[in-house]
Amino acid sequence: MSDTSINTRVTEGDASFGDYFALLKPRVMSLVVFTALVGLLAAPQPVHPLLAFASVLFIAIGGGASGALNMWWDADIDRIMRRTQSRPIPSGKVTEQEAFAFGAFLSVFSVIMLALASNWVAAGLLAFTIFFYVVVYSMWLKRSTPQNIVIGGAAGALPPMIGWAVATGGVSVESVLMFTLIFMWTPPHFWALALFMKSDYRDAGVPMLTVTHGRKATRKHILVYTVLLAPIAIGAGFTTIGGPVYLATSVLLNLGFLKGAYDIFKRDETQAEADDYKVEKQVFKFSLLYLFAHFVAILVEAFLANYGMGGWA
Amino acid sequence: MSIPRVEHELHNRRKSRNVGLGLVLGSFVLLVMGMTYVKLTAQNAAMAEARAAEQAAAAAATQSGASD
Repeated sequence: MSDTSINTRVTEGDASFGDYFALLKPRVMSLVVFTALVGLLAAPQPVHPLLAFASVLFIAIGGGASGALNMWWDADIDRIMRRTQSRPIPSGKVTEQEAFAFGAFLSVFSVIMLALASNWVAAGLLAFTIFFYVVVYSMWLKRSTPQNIVIGGAAGALPPMIGWAVATGGVSVESVLMFTLIFMWTPPHFWALALFMKSDYRDAGVPMLTVTHGRKATRKHILVYTVLLAPIAIGAGFTTIGGPVYLATSVLLNLGFLKGAYDIFKRDETQAEADDYKVEKQVFKFSLLYLFAHFVAILVEAFLANYGMGGWA
Repeated sequence: MSIPRVEHELHNRRKSRNVGLGLVLGSFVLLVMGMTYVKLTAQNAAMAEARAAEQAAAAAATQSGASD
């Protein structure tokens, strides 16, 4: 064996920059960035552009850090589920200890930096988000109750509230409504996914509603949550973050989502398997558009307000 | 005789990590400098405003004292 062949095997701990970035769940982080930015821009108080940029960046890092800690905790089930086998820990690019150290450091770092860039209310909300996602959702609820998605969804719903707190230093009806919109949207969104990704959750032993209560009950739950979501989403249109543009967008989107949820409800497994879960997949995709378009509409109202046209004034 | 330098994937990974970390740290330093500048500028403006208000109030008090 020549000297040059020593230590050339790719081992754990030799992760590239991209592998560490993948630990932060960039796709989830993009949703966090977008909703936090909308919360910040929809708030009545203006924020200096550099401080706004820094605040959203630290919120994104905090969200990413909780994603890294989630991957550390869930490494065992990530190795089983097909969807997650290529993540940095199951693929052997990053060790579990490295992921933990990385996530823990970035959690503390992001909270302190957000406090310095904005205020302690926003930083406190970010700390609570990380705690909720890692401890309450990942460590406790995810493996113990089929309501994991419902309660755990709170962590993903907090970023617009944090963005709002960056600008205002507090919490208000509008920011709570933005939180509730994402909170109520999360269950039907994930359950639609769970209906056509069935074997993954069952194999990993995650008590998804489809596994514990059956698929018929899941279809019913999707419809119930979509019905409950509609008045919240439309109701936000009558507050200071809403206006005619938001209201029209929300009414159309809710009609579409309700129709999709009803279509899922009235189907059975035989029909779904026959067309390879076509309706469920369509509703899942529509749910992504639903949330994105609601927040774009809030952003449009905030933008129009600068020219005296947004809102109901 | 020189030994030919072999570029292995391992070296690429380490290089990408080192370059990436360097860029992140450099950007962080610039961001903190920018934040400090914005915060100090805002603080100075607020202090100047408060001082001007104090002086205006003192001048008004002196004037009302002189007219008594």
